[in-house]
Amino acid sequence: MSSTNTAVFTNVGERTNVTGSAKFKRLILEEDYETALDVAREQVENGAQVIDINMDEAMLDSKAAMVRFLNLIASEPDISRVPIMVDSSKWEVIEAGLKCIQGKAIVNSISLKEGEEPFIKQAKIIKRFGAAAVVMAFDETGQAETEQRKFEICQRSYRILVDEIGFPPEDIIFDPNIFAVATGIEEHDNYAVEFIEGTRRIKQNLPHCKVSGGVSNVSFSFRGNNPVREAIHSVFLYHAIKAGMDMGIVNAGQLAVYDDIPKELRDAVEDVVLNKDPEAGERLVELAPKYSGKGETAKKEDLEWRSWPVAKRLEHALVKGITEYIEEDTEEARTQATKPIEVIEGPLMDGMNVVGDLFGAGKMFLPQVVKSARVMKRAVAYLDPFIEAEKEEGSTNGKILMATVKGDVHDIGKNIVGVVLQCNNYEVIDLGVMVPAETILRTAIEENVDIIGLSGLITPSLDEMVHVAKEMTRQGFEIPLMIGGATTSKAHTAVKIEPEYDKGVVYVNNASRAVGVASSLLSKTQKADFIAKTTAEYEKVREQQARKRPKSKPVTLEQARANAAKLDFDSYTPPVPKQLGVQEFKDVSIGTLRNYIDWTPFFMTWSLAGKYPRILDDEIVGQEAQSLFKDANAMLDQLEREQTLQPLGVMGIFAANRVDDDIEIYADETRSDVLVRSSQLRQQTEKKGFANYCLADYIAPKGVNDYFGAFAVTGGLAEDDLASAFEAQQDDYNKIMIKAVADRLAEAFAEYLHERVRKEIWGFASDENLSNDELIRENYQGIRPAPGYPACPEHTEKQKIWQLLDVENRIGMKLTSSYAMWPGAAVSGWYFSHPDSKYFAVAQIQQDQVEDYANRQNMSLEEAERWLAPNIGY
Amino acid sequence: MPSNKTAQLKAALNERILILDGAMGTMIQQYKLEEDDYRGERFANWHVLVKGNNDLLSLTQPKIIADIHREYLLAGADIIETNTFNATTISMEDYEMASLSREINFESAKLARKVCDEIEKSDPSKPRYVAGVLGPTSKTCSISPDVNDPGFRNVTFDALVEAYIESTLALMEGGADLILIETIFDTLNAKAAAFAVEEAFELAGYSLPVMISGTITDASGRTLSGQTTEAFYNSIRHIKPISIGLNCALGPDLLRQYVVELSRVCETYTSVHPNAGLPNEFGEYDLAADEMAVEIIDWANNGLINIVGGCCGTTPAHIKAFYDGIQGVAPRALPQLEVRMRLSGLEACNLN
Repeated sequence: MSSTNTAVFTNVGERTNVTGSAKFKRLILEEDYETALDVAREQVENGAQVIDINMDEAMLDSKAAMVRFLNLIASEPDISRVPIMVDSSKWEVIEAGLKCIQGKAIVNSISLKEGEEPFIKQAKIIKRFGAAAVVMAFDETGQAETEQRKFEICQRSYRILVDEIGFPPEDIIFDPNIFAVATGIEEHDNYAVEFIEGTRRIKQNLPHCKVSGGVSNVSFSFRGNNPVREAIHSVFLYHAIKAGMDMGIVNAGQLAVYDDIPKELRDAVEDVVLNKDPEAGERLVELAPKYSGKGETAKKEDLEWRSWPVAKRLEHALVKGITEYIEEDTEEARTQATKPIEVIEGPLMDGMNVVGDLFGAGKMFLPQVVKSARVMKRAVAYLDPFIEAEKEEGSTNGKILMATVKGDVHDIGKNIVGVVLQCNNYEVIDLGVMVPAETILRTAIEENVDIIGLSGLITPSLDEMVHVAKEMTRQGFEIPLMIGGATTSKAHTAVKIEPEYDKGVVYVNNASRAVGVASSLLSKTQKADFIAKTTAEYEKVREQQARKRPKSKPVTLEQARANAAKLDFDSYTPPVPKQLGVQEFKDVSIGTLRNYIDWTPFFMTWSLAGKYPRILDDEIVGQEAQSLFKDANAMLDQLEREQTLQPLGVMGIFAANRVDDDIEIYADETRSDVLVRSSQLRQQTEKKGFANYCLADYIAPKGVNDYFGAFAVTGGLAEDDLASAFEAQQDDYNKIMIKAVADRLAEAFAEYLHERVRKEIWGFASDENLSNDELIRENYQGIRPAPGYPACPEHTEKQKIWQLLDVENRIGMKLTSSYAMWPGAAVSGWYFSHPDSKYFAVAQIQQDQVEDYANRQNMSLEEAERWLAPNIGY
Repeated sequence: MPSNKTAQLKAALNERILILDGAMGTMIQQYKLEEDDYRGERFANWHVLVKGNNDLLSLTQPKIIADIHREYLLAGADIIETNTFNATTISMEDYEMASLSREINFESAKLARKVCDEIEKSDPSKPRYVAGVLGPTSKTCSISPDVNDPGFRNVTFDALVEAYIESTLALMEGGADLILIETIFDTLNAKAAAFAVEEAFELAGYSLPVMISGTITDASGRTLSGQTTEAFYNSIRHIKPISIGLNCALGPDLLRQYVVELSRVCETYTSVHPNAGLPNEFGEYDLAADEMAVEIIDWANNGLINIVGGCCGTTPAHIKAFYDGIQGVAPRALPQLEVRMRLSGLEACNLN
């Protein structure tokens, strides 16, 4: 009938989880709920019997997102036919979710982590909502790792739920914690066995309950190597289901068929999962590359590398985790160095940086990194007595306090960072996991540390880090704060943490970067610059975050026009231009224009990312940027000296008025003879708190005397010839350089001319006095939008500029058949004077506007649609 | 006293099929009341029209309501429903009478109890029960009223809970013996009602048996909010109601297959109170008492039901025909189902 009786194992879909799916997270952050629903639908179609929904993302109003998504799901029968698992570490999100679900849902999760009182309270509420509950094997002292602890906590939870509050035992799902195996850490080797045996005991002794778990955790060490991960999942489930595991969060696509796994791999995986011997993990790590799916077979170990130079040997030993020769190689390096510490700062750190890069690129796995750290430690230990003997006093590079914040128990990453820092002669005070802010800050004061490092893996840790930062400010701390851990991000650090503490907050994206960051933060010479640079970088991230706008719904043209920007022309008189009519600019020198150059896009041309002038000091691309900058300026010097390239421009200001979404440009002040009618486009998506902008709104309607300008400039007509000359000499570098420089000159010309228009020709800002930087940031009155760009995206409008200014006859610039400008280094556009005018993007428009526009431009609908193709939103 | 009633009720349910009353609304229609009759003296100057506000009649025409209750009891009903189908603050707001919600619930329960006491006195052969009715309200918690904005809701779970707590407490104070959450077309509304009822029981310091009855809206076999019968059952079984049933929307012929399904999956007693067929072109229900009784008696003979009554279009004559027909027929025996995790979305999902 209509009910589904599930098979032995119930598959919980995990794709609608922002903490697990990057795609889903992006969709939710962009508020693209339509596509997010597709993710849910696909998941159900692919066989998920229950869907887990999690909105725990620090950059998100999780409660609102949960409610909205669940309400939308309720309208999608293809999705809502299956039960929902409301997943959050925030109780209020769970409660809000339960209020939106008509079916019988599952809560994920509750536990004794904070003690019995909240556990009982939450369980009672869940019972009243009639939901089932995932209960984690977690109590006041932490997460259960052993079979014994798993069973004890589950049993205790069960007794409280069933005996004390009458929770139906069949509605209890225990999650006895699946942890990663083969991490290279011996204590982790038995984790899968502990889970499997714990499950067996739970199922045998606690009637009617279920056992579940997040399966992908078990293979975490092998992320990047899907075939091996799939094999581990499959083998693990094979044994766990036999022991009684009923359900799990599994990506069905990430599961190998047990019998299809090559025997060699299956045996190796089985040995790891069942922890058959201490070398099992190592064997699988060695075997893994062979099955990485790239067809690479691990090379048979040979000793060829022993003949390499010592620095290369050290690197090799670090990357491969080989300790066998590390002491003799370290000794050899020491005898070659003037000071023993140089061995650490030189070849050993270089090697660790290679490890860090490979790990960051997903080409090395965690256990390998831990092995590398072990090699590093061994080397440092060997060098220690030599370093001690040389030292006048027992000084270290600095004292760093590290802690996993309150509420979080994950510490692998933090431990690695600790090892790496210690290897670099930092004294590390590790406070462990679940450390409250008070303890962290008190210890920091008592121990007089130089840096505090916070780590965390689960999403609530992000809020806790914000709390620590606030407390540091409140208590007047001066030392920098480093942030790391899997869920942390530069965006979160920039948006949420850094604004709370202004003595330096730095996000460290992986362990290998920790040393560089720590040394910059503790260096007397670099610290200020480093913090300033980081602050500037985070400011940019915040701007980018703020720009991310959700997709919005279309409105009709009529509605959009009703919501036009209403500029005040009653109490505002448009400035009368000092000089009306067209003017040519044929002798502006490169010497004048180069002061107006915005260099940032120049570097982008060369694929170097960064803002000028900071980019010149960038640690990665700085050197390259400096050399480019030098060459560009040399070329400008030469062009100026030899006068081989002459920038040209033409502009004009005219009487004009707005007529609906058009701007009528008149021959003279009588405003009777229309020279050109410029047609503008209007934003056509639903705006809340903003107008639906259209450039025409910035011009006064008839009855008020307003004006409107146009311009066209080029870096110089000789651009192409100069480039060809370089090409003839096989000098590709300068061929690109001349174009890049001419391009900058055109942009600089536009900036220069606009300034003259504001200050003298139109003259509405005669007292303006702005630096180049302020010009680049457009801190002036009025705008100069260019046809083909977001505010007026339709290119054929350029023809009207050519017509108005007689551009081709006056300065030789041409339009191609597709309305591209020649020469390439060119800018043309309109001038608006109104102080409220600003840039915007027309973005998506609808058919009613396209029809209206075609009519205004005397185009057929097809032609209009062709020119407007990038903006067509239907 | 209430726990005594509960035990009594359970004992009775094990012995025989209990009779629920029939329609209130279609009975009231027969009186052809006008605006002034609805207003009575007290609301003569009320600022909005109140004709059609049947629940208000408990205050303004208590005699008519009492007469209808009496007729059903005399026809053989064990349980009568209070005249409070639309008496929550949310539904009363349609007449700008939210502030009267408490009073109407209280007075309706008191009135029904009074008629029961009177009948019990003249015929003490069996106890009569008052079921305090919580209707679905005019709003839906899991369906958007705006087709262009499926994420929108015109009522929240919390608002429903608040309204239902007030109604439940008033019904309890007025003397209701049980609470009947009925005509559920959106299970989330019903879950809010159930949530509120438990809260009200906690506030009152005692509990009453709860009856729950959902509505399969059309031949699709689903509630308006899209659930199958079993999914609906799984969604509300945690309330541990004394009975779970189906009512309204369909006549007995079309409802039968869902009664069969419910009887199969339901671990507690079942109730059914169908309409007297589907409405005809004049909006009237014309399935006669004896015709409808044939189907009802068949259900009884097949062991599908524990409580039976009528919804829209049914009259005391229908109830009498049911009563006569089921005499001596054994009630449905409760099935012993395996203990399983019984989840649901729009469909049931029972884990092994």
